[in-house]
Amino acid sequence: MAASVRLLLRLSHRNINVAAAGGSARPGCCWGPTGPSSCRCFSDATGDRSTHFGFETVPETEKAKRVYKVFENVAQKYDVMNDAMSLGIHRVWKDMLLRAMHPQPGVRLLDVAGGTGDIAFRFLEYVQSQQERQKRRAARSTQTPSWQDISTNYSTEDEDGPQESKAVVCDINKEMLKVGKQKADSMGISAAGLSWVVGDAEELPFDDDQFDIYTIAFGIRNVTHIDQALQEALRVLKPGGRFMCLEFSKVTNPVLARLYDTYSFQMIPVLGEVIAGDWKSYQYLVESIRKFPDQEEFKGMIEDAGFYCVHYHNLTGGVVALHSGFKL
Amino acid sequence: MSLCAVKGFQWLRQRQCVLFSKAVCVHQLHSSPGFTDSCYDGLYPGHIHTTPIQKALLAVGSGVAALQNPYRHDMVAVLGETTGHLALINLRDRMKNDPEGYTILTERPRIRLSTLDLSKMASLPDGSFGREYLRFLEDNHVTPDSRADVKFVDNEELAYVMQRYREVHDLLHTLLGMPTNMLGEVAVKWFEAAQTGLPMCALGAVLGPLRLNSSRLQSLFTSLGPWALQNGRRSRCILSIFYERRWEQNLEDLRQELNIEPPPVILSAANKRST
Repeated sequence: MAASVRLLLRLSHRNINVAAAGGSARPGCCWGPTGPSSCRCFSDATGDRSTHFGFETVPETEKAKRVYKVFENVAQKYDVMNDAMSLGIHRVWKDMLLRAMHPQPGVRLLDVAGGTGDIAFRFLEYVQSQQERQKRRAARSTQTPSWQDISTNYSTEDEDGPQESKAVVCDINKEMLKVGKQKADSMGISAAGLSWVVGDAEELPFDDDQFDIYTIAFGIRNVTHIDQALQEALRVLKPGGRFMCLEFSKVTNPVLARLYDTYSFQMIPVLGEVIAGDWKSYQYLVESIRKFPDQEEFKGMIEDAGFYCVHYHNLTGGVVALHSGFKL
Repeated sequence: MSLCAVKGFQWLRQRQCVLFSKAVCVHQLHSSPGFTDSCYDGLYPGHIHTTPIQKALLAVGSGVAALQNPYRHDMVAVLGETTGHLALINLRDRMKNDPEGYTILTERPRIRLSTLDLSKMASLPDGSFGREYLRFLEDNHVTPDSRADVKFVDNEELAYVMQRYREVHDLLHTLLGMPTNMLGEVAVKWFEAAQTGLPMCALGAVLGPLRLNSSRLQSLFTSLGPWALQNGRRSRCILSIFYERRWEQNLEDLRQELNIEPPPVILSAANKRST
C-alpha cells in the first residue's frame, strides 16, 4: 500500500481533497470543494500562469484554444447530446430562465456563449407572445371599435413590434454559430430581430450601455477569466440592465450528489462516445462542472464585478443555478 | 511488501481511473495542440481509462448504435474493444506460441499507407500477394488508413493485438478473395468469428445475413458460409503472419501455408451496388 499512499501524497499538493488512501473507491470522482478562488489559478516555477481544463492543468493561453476545439467538435451533435444527457430537462431550465427574465417587447437581449441559439429563440418567442397578449388587451379595452379600426391597429403594431425587440447571439466559436443559424432557418424564425456575432466574452465587440438583458447559459464555466467576463457584462449593460446566468453548480443534497456524480462520470462520456463519437469532449464537460465555483462563491464574484441585488435560485436540487444581478 | 503495494496500486488504479489518469498528466504543463499528443494519460496513445460500468454501458450503447447504422465503423470498433477481452488474451497467447507471431508482438509492425511501398508492390508480378492486395484496394476503393485507433482496451499488448486484427482485415479479404460488398464482408466475418472468437465478429456474423437478399443468402448458407467456417477453424492464426515481409510470395503458396482453400465462388467487386 506504500506506493499508493505516496502517489496520494503527491496528488495532495494539487489542492485536491482525495478520498482516504485505501478507502473504498467510488467510480465517480467527488472532489471536495476546491477551496478559495485563489487555488483555481496558480503559477508554476517558470512564472506562466496556469489554470484548469477539466481536471487537467494547462497554461492560461492554452485553455481558450482547447475549449474552442471541444466546441468545434461537438457543435453538430450539441443539441442531440443536450437532450440525451439531461433527458430533456435542459429545456425546462432554459424555459425557467425566460420566465424569470419575463422580457417585455422592446428590450434588447445579448446572449453570450449563445452558440446554437436556444435562449435567443425562446426570447423571441416569449416577446412575441407578450406582444400578442398586449394586442389582445388593447383590443378588448377599446370600446366598440369598428373592424376597420381594429385591423389598422393590428397593422401599425405589427410594423413596430418585431423591430424593437432584438436578440444578439454572441459566441466565440464559429461552428456553434453556424449550427445556430441553420436551426433558425429550419425553424423559420425571421432574421429581423436576430443577429449572430463572433465575439469573446472576455472582450465583447459592443459599446457600453447597449443591452437591457445579458444572459449566459452554460457558457461561463468555459471562460478562462470569469471576472473579466463579468466586468464586460457590466460594461455592455444599460443602467438598470439585468445580468442572468444559468450554470451547473453544486448539488446540496448528499444522496442526490452521489447519484449525480455517478451519472456524470459513468454515463455522460459514454453517451458522448456513442452519440457524438467523442469521449474526451464530454469528459471535459463533466470535469469543468466540478471545477466551477459553487453558488455562494459565484454570487460573490458577481457582486465583486459591481452588480447589485445578486440572487440565485437552485434548479433540480442544485444541479443548475440561476444567478441574477442588476447594473444600477 | 512491494508486490502488495503494486497490487494495491493496481486495484486503486482500476477503480479510480478517471482520478489518477489525470494525475499522471499534472506535471506536464507544456502546451499540447491536441488531446492525445505528447501528454497522453493512458497506457498507449489514444487510450481512455474506463470503469467496468462504463465498459458495459459502452458495449450496450455501441451495439445499439452499430445495429441502427452499420456504417458507424467507430461503434463496431468500440463494441469489439469492450467485449473482446477474453478473445484478445487467447489471440495474444496463440501469437506468442508461434515464432512468427512472437516476432510481430515484439516488433509491432503497423499497416499504414505511410509504411507501405505502393510503387514497389505495383511492380510485383500478378499472383503475388502484394500485387493482389493492391488490386483489392483499387477495385474496392478502400485504404488501409481507415481503421479507428484502439481506445478502450486496458492492456497495451492486447491493444496492439486488436489494432493488428483491424489492420489485417483487408489482407484477409485478399487471402479469402472476398470483395467488400455485403456478402463478402459477411463471409469474412464468419471466417473471423471462427478464427478469433471475438464476440463482435460473432454478432456481425449472425446479424449480417439479415441484410442479404435471398439468392445471396442461399449462396452464403450453401457454399460460402461452410467454407468460411471450416477454414477459419483449421487455418493458422492469421495474426501471426508477418505480411509485411511476404509481399513477393505467391498468393496461392501463402494460402496453402495458412491452410486456406481458395473460395468456392468467385465474387467480383462489381457486385458492390446490389446486396
